[in-house]
Amino acid sequence: MAISGVLRPGYVQVRVLDMKAALEHYRDRIGLDVVATGNDGRVFLKAYDEFDHHSVILREADEPGMDFLAFKVASEGELDVLHEKLLNAGVAVEEIPPGDMPAVGRRLTFIAPTGHRFELFATIGLDPTGPMVNNPELWHAEPRGMRALRFDHCLLYGDDIDGAKALFNDILGFSTTEQVVAPDGTVIATFLSCSTKAHDLALVRHDEKGKLHHISFLLESWNDIGHAADIMSRYEMSVDIGPTRHGITRGQTIYFFDPSGNRNEVFSGGYTFYPDHPVRTWSTDSVGKAIFYYERALNDRFMTVVT
Amino acid sequence: MTSHHRIEIENCGTHFRCPENEGVLQAMERQGRRAIPVGCRNGGCGLCLVLVTAGDFKAGPMSRRHVPCGEPAGLALACRVYPQTDLRVRLATDEDRQWSKQQCPAGRDGR
Ligand code: FES
Repeated sequence: MAISGVLRPGYVQVRVLDMKAALEHYRDRIGLDVVATGNDGRVFLKAYDEFDHHSVILREADEPGMDFLAFKVASEGELDVLHEKLLNAGVAVEEIPPGDMPAVGRRLTFIAPTGHRFELFATIGLDPTGPMVNNPELWHAEPRGMRALRFDHCLLYGDDIDGAKALFNDILGFSTTEQVVAPDGTVIATFLSCSTKAHDLALVRHDEKGKLHHISFLLESWNDIGHAADIMSRYEMSVDIGPTRHGITRGQTIYFFDPSGNRNEVFSGGYTFYPDHPVRTWSTDSVGKAIFYYERALNDRFMTVVT
Repeated sequence: MTSHHRIEIENCGTHFRCPENEGVLQAMERQGRRAIPVGCRNGGCGLCLVLVTAGDFKAGPMSRRHVPCGEPAGLALACRVYPQTDLRVRLATDEDRQWSKQQCPAGRDGR
């Protein structure tokens, strides 16, 4: 349970094929604000309801996908504790000194058994456009586009999800909230929380390592999901499925693609999780309803398209 | 006026028209045709990989993982293929996909 230890997803670095198109998508459509551009051309963005300096980093590359996903830890002391635990468990951890990334202090980085690179950090500067704290208005200026409140979670595809799940639960203090289990007991998908959210990270079993299924942004309401759908049609954006609801997490959702083919999600609702709650389990014969509660069936594209 | 070209899918004999400024995959989908598998529609996922066997096209940005440098001429992602003439296209074979996997190491990192 967070409060101490790992707090939440901090930032994700996404590879894009064309920065101009990516900015139009993440800034103008999803509604993130650009906070900085690095000397190397990377662009740092945040949602209007986030305090921290950035939550999304775009890097132009010739292949899309995710470079890394970072989680924010409550304090530098907690970061030391987690570092120790990772080393004791035999995880190879690299420490990146402060100043390597704008506004961010020292970072710990490691490769999970699914092949994904994760980072942990405790220190990041605040951005002045974050939420107000004195007699706070709702926002500095009315939000744009889909009005994303914050970067919410990622779903990642990889081979050894049992190993990754053990790492997050046993070493980093996450809890399993839900899972999809095959008749032979194989866990096909696992949903992990370090907070009271229904998920902060989700993992799905897949034969290739290190794939990105989606990056999710939180919206305030079902009405905002409808508004996002209006924007997707107006700007001829590539939609995967939705608006609909998940059985798992019970969140309301639309899946769509960025201009490089990385899947995005806008998400609202979902239940509140506490770490004493039992794990909710779906069998593979109900997986359609688990993923898309209204359609009660999976679409092929949702299962197979990853970057 | 944008010129339209005839796109023929060899595998199933399906054909449809595609404007010069629209991706072959998008034009197919818009006209309710089903021949090439539809994924991200944005050059990232590789699902719509095809080999253009006849005709000229311009290509938009495509993932190097699926269409590596030095690819066999004509290998392309249909969602990023903008026809300049009539085209003949065949769906990617397992061999095409194998080839594209081998050529491309996982170019990640970029801390
Ligand atoms: S549909 Fe994904 S690359 Fe064309």
